[in-house]
Amino acid sequence: MTGSTAAPHLTRRPTTGRSRRPGPGLPTWVYVPAVLGIVVVVLPVVGMAARVGWADLPALLSSPAALDALRLSLLTSSASTLACIVLGVPLALVLARTRFPGQGLLRALVLLPLVLPPVVGGLALLATFGRTGLLGAHLEALGVRIAFSTVAVVLAQTFVALPFLVVGLEGALRTAGRDHEAVAATLGASPTHVLARVTLPLTLPGLVSGAVLAFARSLGEFGATLTFAGSLQGRTRTLPLEIYLAREADPDAALALALLLVVVALVVVGAVHGRSRS
Amino acid sequence: MTAGEAGVGRGRPSRRPRSWRRSAGLAALVAVLAGCGAGVPSAQTPSGSAAGSGAGASITVFAAASLARPFEEIGAQVERTHPGSDVRFQFAGSADLVTQLREGAPGDVLATADEASMARAASAGLVEETAPFATNTLTIVVPTGNPAAITSFADLAHDGVATVVCAPQVPCGAATERVEALTGVRLSPVSEENRVDDVLGKITSGQADAGVVYVTDALRAGEAVARVDVPEADRAVNRYPIGVLAGAGGADASHRGPNRALATAFVDAVRGGPGRAALTRAGFGTP
Repeated sequence: MTGSTAAPHLTRRPTTGRSRRPGPGLPTWVYVPAVLGIVVVVLPVVGMAARVGWADLPALLSSPAALDALRLSLLTSSASTLACIVLGVPLALVLARTRFPGQGLLRALVLLPLVLPPVVGGLALLATFGRTGLLGAHLEALGVRIAFSTVAVVLAQTFVALPFLVVGLEGALRTAGRDHEAVAATLGASPTHVLARVTLPLTLPGLVSGAVLAFARSLGEFGATLTFAGSLQGRTRTLPLEIYLAREADPDAALALALLLVVVALVVVGAVHGRSRS
Repeated sequence: MTAGEAGVGRGRPSRRPRSWRRSAGLAALVAVLAGCGAGVPSAQTPSGSAAGSGAGASITVFAAASLARPFEEIGAQVERTHPGSDVRFQFAGSADLVTQLREGAPGDVLATADEASMARAASAGLVEETAPFATNTLTIVVPTGNPAAITSFADLAHDGVATVVCAPQVPCGAATERVEALTGVRLSPVSEENRVDDVLGKITSGQADAGVVYVTDALRAGEAVARVDVPEADRAVNRYPIGVLAGAGGADASHRGPNRALATAFVDAVRGGPGRAALTRAGFGTP
């Protein structure tokens, strides 16, 4: 299962906190706000599902616009998740395994996209990678145009999703501790070897978890994409943007697409989370 | 979230609860759903001063976003001629307005940017009698300096010209399609926006070479854009209809009469002389 319980005899830390054995029961009153909490999340989805015209669903979901949006959403969310892994894993390692002045500030900066409204993120990306932006003006001179392209969608999604992966993995790295790494190092393993054979396998569940969250966030990305990438079928109009547009002329189609988005998100999060925990 | 929360594992590493990840998964779903809900306008935007209590009548006008400036002027006029009254506005895209009203938002007057939206409101039983009160035509806007040297609608279809238009699902996009049909020019835009304001924003920020917007939007943007007029656009005119809503006056019987009277007075003002002047100043035509 998880790395920390795979070799419990090696760790000095108590494992009771994560034991699967039934501990002392929860106070009964805890269940009341807990149930209310789940109602807050689930009820609007139920309300939406109740509005969906199920008979028209196949036709609404198989329109070229809907299929293009779904394909583009899956493609860009996968690409941005990959980008989050490539950039986020080293970032989490640096945050969790090293100490340097200004580390707290760096951590706060990594989390910035979580607190920024996505529209602001889009404006920031526009000011940087847009045609007249900080880097965009130079890229434009080289003949590279990011605005209004699928790359812009991936960039916007990566921007908003990266903190999810970094926070998830950094927590896992801290929880896993450094004992196994120290042992491997005393046995003569190189830092790269330790990283590849000890650290990353130990924290794999945390990485998977963070990647799933990053994917889910990318899938739902709306504001930054609309501001930065524009909206064009097959190129930049992802599922959330298609829902936003469908609302204008055909609210039933918007609801059907929204349901599709929920199902895709549930399937991805459920499948990967379920597998990593069983 | 702050940096302190992010470092939650620092002091007590082994106690970092695994269920955090489970709850984070739920949070991600919330984020996904929040993404779907974005763009729904928040609460009504009150304008005017009367608190609504007391004897003064009070109405809320649901109007297309492009009408904001002239309608604020007309609203102020009506408040002056009806002392103690309060005219409030809810400005949004026409389709959004109709959706909000269908979902039970309380409104007294509806003015949309196209006849199709008003027809949807009528078929839902929201309005009874409507009449066109203004027209709007399309124009090309380019960033100051006109970097792509646009002089005609046909220029928008040239290779390498980044053109932004409204999506065909919204009134300005439908009008753009009519101009395409009239001119025989088939555009391949880099983006089809939901809002005419988003088209304008792409031009004022210099992201695109040209955009197709309403004349009123180009006037509103002022110095930030230059205008290239399209002669054919005169034959693809958008008509703006207005009507008193069926549920005008509100549920409270004691206020319904005065409120309905104020709603009718506002519609009359929009269609009358002073309203016409405000609309003309904003660039609207006469139907």
